[in-house]
Amino acid sequence: MLIRRRGTGARTEVASPRLAAASPESAFVLHVDDREIEALAGHTVAAALLRAGVTSWRRTRVTGEPRGVFCGIGVCFDCLVTVNDRPNQRACITPARPGDVVRTQAGTGHGDGASPGARDG
Amino acid sequence: MADASRGPGARLAVVGAGPAGIAGAVAAADAGITVTVVDAGPQIGGQFYRQPAASLHAHQPGALHHARGTWASLRSRFERHIAADRIRYLPDHHVWLAQRTDTGYRLHALVGPEQERSAPVSAHALLLATGAYERVLPFPGWTLPGVMTAGGAQAMLKGALTLPGRRTVVAGTGPLLLPVAAGLAAAGARIEALIDSADLRGLIRHAPAFAASPGKLVEGLGYALRFARYRVPIRYRHTVVAAHGKECVEAVTVAALDRDGRVRTGSERRIACDSLAIGHGLLPHLDLALSLGARIEDGNGPGVRVDQAQQTSVPGLWAAGETTGIGGAALAEVEGEIAGGSAASWLRQAANPDRADGGSRLLVSAQNARRRRRLRGFFAALDAVYSPPAALTDLITADTTVCRCEEVTAAAVREAVREYGATDPRTVKLLTRAGMGWCQGRVCGPAVARLVAECGGAAGALLDGASAPRPLARPVPLGVLALDDPDEEGTREHP
Repeated sequence: MLIRRRGTGARTEVASPRLAAASPESAFVLHVDDREIEALAGHTVAAALLRAGVTSWRRTRVTGEPRGVFCGIGVCFDCLVTVNDRPNQRACITPARPGDVVRTQAGTGHGDGASPGARDG
Repeated sequence: MADASRGPGARLAVVGAGPAGIAGAVAAADAGITVTVVDAGPQIGGQFYRQPAASLHAHQPGALHHARGTWASLRSRFERHIAADRIRYLPDHHVWLAQRTDTGYRLHALVGPEQERSAPVSAHALLLATGAYERVLPFPGWTLPGVMTAGGAQAMLKGALTLPGRRTVVAGTGPLLLPVAAGLAAAGARIEALIDSADLRGLIRHAPAFAASPGKLVEGLGYALRFARYRVPIRYRHTVVAAHGKECVEAVTVAALDRDGRVRTGSERRIACDSLAIGHGLLPHLDLALSLGARIEDGNGPGVRVDQAQQTSVPGLWAAGETTGIGGAALAEVEGEIAGGSAASWLRQAANPDRADGGSRLLVSAQNARRRRRLRGFFAALDAVYSPPAALTDLITADTTVCRCEEVTAAAVREAVREYGATDPRTVKLLTRAGMGWCQGRVCGPAVARLVAECGGAAGALLDGASAPRPLARPVPLGVLALDDPDEEGTREHP
């Protein structure tokens, strides 16, 4: 279950010993609403959020239902999130970059709904 | 098409860098054609051969793939062609428009994750190898976070070495569920159950087609052994009837199906989980083919109609892989190789009118034709075993969201058919907005078509919503549409 991080020797719990073992180059901080999560170089915003235990990051326009990642390959537009003030980015295909400011979004993503806040699953 | 557009300097554009696109690009480049490969992904491989990001330094990136086939050699041939300038590779390019021009084709692609700039690509012939995405039929709770497509869960694992959860139910129908469940289990997830609506007695009915592909049988046996090792409970002729939870899925209810695919009353059982990976088979991306006017046919599900040389009904347009109907990676490679070679010989038939015969004499090697026939037979048999029962629409309760983008319920869709007289998915869309949102009906299309059929309307020629052609294949910022069409760097027409 361990990923050994290159250089530091620090260990971070991730997927798997055998299949998904890896030595990622570096970890960095991603700002998600009012908290900070760790992301790995090469991760998408969705992968970073899932790894941090965040499963829901959008409220829908009509009923305010929670949504997270669904198709995972950029087709369904369900995992929309605001990244560095650009709303409606597909978290599943948007690379996470050091210092990115990610905001969970509600409604159209243009300030018409209360931000749901990052929720743990 | 002007003859000047063929012969020396002729260019082929390939959309998609999965097995079909890469095999096609390599075959055409081998034949001396200059090729541009345009792909939405950050690296080659498509969905099937998706690689972990290089910066993750996966210890065994190849171990994530359930069938490696000839990919490694294809990949190195592709890289050699790039080094020799015979192939130009454009990753992170999302094609939103394909047009026919006087000399061939012009593509427009949004660049990078920002998608604020569009880049044009011109070519004299075009190969569509656009791949597939997952069909998921709705059920109560399917919009809850933690419910993910089976392919999406696999993409997270292959591309990001990340699990969708720790306790996962894998469900739906189709051969894809096997590698998804096996991959997640091997990566440390606990698979609470593998649920498939298929009736495995169908395997016996199609025994000859399966026996013709002994390698596939061995693959299937391998999964059975792994599921025994990981203690994965497997239930065939079962389905998920609902997902439960508030902010995230916390449990699913599964039930047995009778011979007609209807839920057996009293067989319902609740399984606790924190994630559900679900899929009901794959559907090809047909938007670019439809917008260019290519004929679509319904074989084993919808696909672009092609001839022996993988040519479509549109001159200068080829298609290969899932675009022509779902058939898996091995078939995609064969079709891609045939298409690339055939497009190359068509392009080389310079200004010789006697030979410009539109492709009836484009050669296909006997070996490739045989492999293609065998693999198509195998997938036709699989499709027969794994097609989701029509009665699954019974699970779509009145308040179930059908269109996830526009939040349209099943009640609204059924009302449009029964009360307002809609007889096809397009009219349902106009009445209810189902299919009008960001995903352009890719996700709800199959469900809307099935609900229309259930209510007595016509699902359209194609059940799985190969909808009317749309000029734009994906959402495009207005700023991009307002810009003048920039010249293509380094590839101007006939300098």
